[in-house]
Amino acid sequence: MSSNEQSKPKSGLFSKENRKLLADPFNMQNPVTVQVLGICSSLAITVKLQPAIVMGVSVLVVTAFSNLITSLLRNLIPNRIRIIVQLVVVAALVIVVDQILKAYVYDVSKQLSVFVGLIITNCILMGRIEAFALGNTPWKSFLDGIGNGAGYAVVLIVIAFIRELLGSGQLYGYQVVPADWYLNPETGTGFYSNNGMMLLPPMALIVVAIIIWVQRSKFKDLIEK
Amino acid sequence: MKFLHNFIEKIRPAETSPMYTLHNAIETFLFVPGHTTHSGAHVRDAIDLKRTMFTVIIALLPALVFGMFNAGYQHYRWLSPDLAFWTVDNLMYGAMRIMPMIAVTYIAGLSIEIYFAYINKHAVNEGFLVSGMLIPLIMPIDIPLWMVAISTAFAVLFGKEVFGGTGMNVLNPALTARAFAFFAYPTYMSGDKVWIGDSADLAQKVDGFSGATALGQYATTGTTSYSAWDAFLGYIPGSIGETSALAILIGAAYLIYSGVGSWKIMLSGALGALTMALIFNSVSGSMDPGPMKEYMSIPPHFHLVFGSAAFALVFMATDPVSAAHTETGKWIYGFMIGILGILIRVFNPAYPEGWMLAILLMNTLAPLVDYYVVDSNIQKRLKRAKA
Repeated sequence: MSSNEQSKPKSGLFSKENRKLLADPFNMQNPVTVQVLGICSSLAITVKLQPAIVMGVSVLVVTAFSNLITSLLRNLIPNRIRIIVQLVVVAALVIVVDQILKAYVYDVSKQLSVFVGLIITNCILMGRIEAFALGNTPWKSFLDGIGNGAGYAVVLIVIAFIRELLGSGQLYGYQVVPADWYLNPETGTGFYSNNGMMLLPPMALIVVAIIIWVQRSKFKDLIEK
Repeated sequence: MKFLHNFIEKIRPAETSPMYTLHNAIETFLFVPGHTTHSGAHVRDAIDLKRTMFTVIIALLPALVFGMFNAGYQHYRWLSPDLAFWTVDNLMYGAMRIMPMIAVTYIAGLSIEIYFAYINKHAVNEGFLVSGMLIPLIMPIDIPLWMVAISTAFAVLFGKEVFGGTGMNVLNPALTARAFAFFAYPTYMSGDKVWIGDSADLAQKVDGFSGATALGQYATTGTTSYSAWDAFLGYIPGSIGETSALAILIGAAYLIYSGVGSWKIMLSGALGALTMALIFNSVSGSMDPGPMKEYMSIPPHFHLVFGSAAFALVFMATDPVSAAHTETGKWIYGFMIGILGILIRVFNPAYPEGWMLAILLMNTLAPLVDYYVVDSNIQKRLKRAKA
């Protein structure tokens, strides 16, 4: 592993290769829509935009630093107990994030409830540590963590945007659909009604499906043979 | 006819335009196509999918016409008691409300179907002819038209086109539309205010107005103000096409006579419903008094005339694509729908009807039923071959 790394020439902090690590997870290697990881949390906490953003940022921080720390430790970890070590690293970071959320954004932390703790089971984390951080230098691993966390966050925000707009007529808690558009059964004025299905997890799955559909019809390379 | 044919020939658009798909759809609707399947063993006759589907439309007509009369009757009944049923006023009111729903459904559904047929370069599928008629019939009369359009679009896209179009869908498209509308806009799909035309208006004009359906009353009080005979004839509030068991039975007779609908599914579904109702009857004796005990002890045959039991079993469960395909499988599939339909109807606190969910659930299980029916047949034959 290490001999392989040393044979490569040194590259700049933001060389083309490193930029690719950051940019790929947004589209062609997106953890949610292409690798279909981290689906559970993207169904559970995307009813509103605010918790989705907080969750996205939390996952981004945890992926970035767990990748960095594991990469720093990679030559010291005995192969047979590496999963336990990774779990300790991730768990420690998750607890830190959880405490920070409780301290500074208590309301959102309440809404996210168990899902912050469950970041530890997010497949993206272990996937990136196993597949990338264990075999790459700290800086690259850090960038890869940021890229994948951001790729996850972007999808979360898109889903939450659609669900909050159509499901409750709001964006980030502010009423967007004018109040006098709403159908009033007493007076018969207005015509609009929120889509209650958007608030239910099955519709989140269908929104993810739509995103995947749009992405694959645009980038034909992603379509499986 | 010759004139019409010549006219159709004359306006044929270029093959690459989306209008060609539309033109092709109209042409094959009006005239039997001159070509037959060119390979494999097929029965070659004029009954293609389009004409099969049209048989179902004809079978739906009694329920549709009755639904129009009933829509008017349920509305005007509150303004003038002792109203006659078969009047032109009633029909006009119903037609003015229901025709736009049918038009909206067909426009929303067919435009998506034609678009997909165009980008996939095949002739438009005929399946939507029936779905487009079924969707308005299972909606409450007071639902806003745009909700019908969105539900239809959702059902055609996610119930059908993503699986590959007509013949490939796992779920019944019409019920998918209803399920979507039900979960997305629950206040317009259930409750006491949607089953009678212009309920809000009536509630202001008439004292003591109640728009609850018979099942809505059963679910809250364990009894109903409508008689079973009225329910059989259909003089009760409900979704547009579901109220008259008699009109539906006429349609069922035509479906069975023409061989389009499976009598096995209809019969086994009714048997399943009766069985479940009998089980409820037998356990209700030991229950604490209350609405639930009353509800569970109503005679089994009442369950078949109230609510959408008849409509669901005749027109929804028998959808040839989403139902079980093997003959034994049809008995199991129908029977399970009957059992589940009554089970959900009686025990569901949120929604006083269960057939939509029962049929959608069994739709997803139908391939499993078929798999085990075929498998057991294989095992039986293997055993016989060994002996």
